[in-house]
Amino acid sequence: MAEKLLVNPIDCAGHGACAELLPEAITLDEWGYPIIDPRPLHPSLTRDARAAVSACPTLALRLVKAEAADRAR
Amino acid sequence: MSEINSSTALWYVSRATGAVSLLLLTAVMVLGILVTRKTKLPGMPSFAVSGLHRNLSLLSTAFVAVHVLTAIADGYVTIPLTAAVIPLTSSYERFWLGLGAVGFDLMLASLITSLLRRHLSRTAWRTVHLAAYLSWPVAWFHSYFVSGDLQHGVLRLIAIACALAVIAAALWRVAATGKNLPRAQRVGVLMSAMHSKAHVK
Amino acid sequence: MTGLPRLLPPPEDKKRQQHLNAHLQRHGRLPYRDGAGALIRDIEAAGLTGRGGAAFPVHKKLQAVRDAAAKRHRVPKVIANGAESEPASDKDATLLWLSPHLVLDGLQLAAEAVGADTAILYFHADRAHDVGARLHEAIRQRQALPLDRVPVQLAQAPASFLSGQETALLNHLAGGPAIPTFTPPRVTERGLAGAPTLVQNVETLAHLALIARQGPRWFRGVGTQEEPGSMLATVRGHDGQPRISEVPLGLPLRAMLPELPNDSAVLIGGYHGTWLSAHQALQLTLDNRSLSAAQARVGAGVVITLPPDRCGLAEVARVVQYLALESAGQCGPCLNALPRIAAALAEIAAGRARQRTLDDIERWSGLAAGRGACRHPDGTARFVSSALRTFAFEVGRHRNGRCSAATREPFLPVPQSAALASSWRS
Repeated sequence: MAEKLLVNPIDCAGHGACAELLPEAITLDEWGYPIIDPRPLHPSLTRDARAAVSACPTLALRLVKAEAADRAR
Repeated sequence: MSEINSSTALWYVSRATGAVSLLLLTAVMVLGILVTRKTKLPGMPSFAVSGLHRNLSLLSTAFVAVHVLTAIADGYVTIPLTAAVIPLTSSYERFWLGLGAVGFDLMLASLITSLLRRHLSRTAWRTVHLAAYLSWPVAWFHSYFVSGDLQHGVLRLIAIACALAVIAAALWRVAATGKNLPRAQRVGVLMSAMHSKAHVK
Repeated sequence: MTGLPRLLPPPEDKKRQQHLNAHLQRHGRLPYRDGAGALIRDIEAAGLTGRGGAAFPVHKKLQAVRDAAAKRHRVPKVIANGAESEPASDKDATLLWLSPHLVLDGLQLAAEAVGADTAILYFHADRAHDVGARLHEAIRQRQALPLDRVPVQLAQAPASFLSGQETALLNHLAGGPAIPTFTPPRVTERGLAGAPTLVQNVETLAHLALIARQGPRWFRGVGTQEEPGSMLATVRGHDGQPRISEVPLGLPLRAMLPELPNDSAVLIGGYHGTWLSAHQALQLTLDNRSLSAAQARVGAGVVITLPPDRCGLAEVARVVQYLALESAGQCGPCLNALPRIAAALAEIAAGRARQRTLDDIERWSGLAAGRGACRHPDGTARFVSSALRTFAFEVGRHRNGRCSAATREPFLPVPQSAALASSWRS
């Protein structure tokens, strides 16, 4: 089932480990914060995505089901 | 020296793994500070710095566990099992060994809370992890004084080098707290910087 | 009673005390339903949407809280949001001042509809009137009857731009700072003290209290088919003074802004809203369907006209400085983009823009939007880009060292930010 990457912007401190492990879906802006591809993740990237989630020093990155990523703010 | 039997072999293993543990813990400490300061090491991506920090902490726990169990198991001196985690319960080197127990407790707390991090609040994890800063000097003093091993020769130099490395890293970390403003002040300071850069009143 | 005003007392009544007896005489008794879901069906039929700015269907929120309470076996809580942290808006304060009992009625009915045992009214104290005292008195009158089934607690909102944001409100009520949180489950699922929580704007609750008495068809007597009912609008004309009026949704802006000079600019939706030229504005009506054609939204009903003798760029720079200082500073993109945008706008306003300033602002706005824990950077970006579009001619003039304004006297109401008190000097 389709998964998406979701970052908690409050916990994110711009370490950048995620962009190193998953450059196909994550790039860093000019201040070091992740810009995440909002589309569902290609299945071939799942393993690297899990590595990126695990590598985040603040646990700000998560993999969620594609529909669940939409929240009211 | 009397014949080497299995008992004294365990004693030597304990001392050896103890020394290696100190080296590993020093590396873990320094790497942890590098992660916090988002340091870019040449040739090493940041996911590797945090990955190495985590892996070495697991490795050092294993070494410390062997160090503790072999010390208890061998018959050269009597150390009760409880002395591994409860300080001052060993009649042998009561104080310095007790420090080792304290260090081990703090290490275990840090490890367990890190493994269960997703289920804990941010503050809870952070508070326990800060206790790691305490566990290193505790481990060092335990290592240096519980036996004479680190007080002579090459091992002494290594012990002092480890101390210097951690002190330097810790001072560097403290210097960074000046940059890590409390949230409420971050905006004000950034605004100030932006406006002075723009040279606009 | 299909005519207006509905929420506010008729003009001749304003002088009288807002006593409970006068209220019950005008509107009738408080119609508790004692029936599961009955009110929610009426609210759905009426098509009531939130009047706090997001225009979310009220019946959906009520039902979500009810469902969450049943699923999780937790008693819900209801909160009336009267924080009104938008500085240009005054309608919630006016409503609480003139019709407190309508809001309190709505709070009771909403509590009954979801089965709540706790009701909180969160209001902003820092206004011209002592709203707190009036609310205390209103609650006392209701307790004397007794009228309320759920006791109402009053809570004061801090004077910050984000204090009315849903998660910031809950954070503050839970004892933390009034800044947003990033909580995956919705507030309706898990809010205050982990209970399903209904947060509703005070005006929304006032409408709810009238729909419960008069019925959904009455509510639809004014407004449009897709956006029925009336709403309170804060209109600031060329004298800068706010006027609160209750208008039907779909009202032509032409009717709201008579004699609008051609070279004025209009701001719709407050400081997270959209700037339009007078020409654009006069072709639109006050409803989201019409306004969306100009990338605008009704929001909380703030409509401001900027007189032609003011500098729109200077005004916008002043507001964005405030918005940047009001950032919670929690999320990297917002913390980094907003102060830079504010400084760049100050450069433009002072006639010191560089070649890349406009491009920088566009890039930073793009980086900030959608990447924070709340919509503060998004709203600010919309305010800024619509301003640069609407005042494009003025931007050109400023580049040549000129300005069309006759005066630099501040026009838009901008409070002092608490962040100013700490570390930076203007």
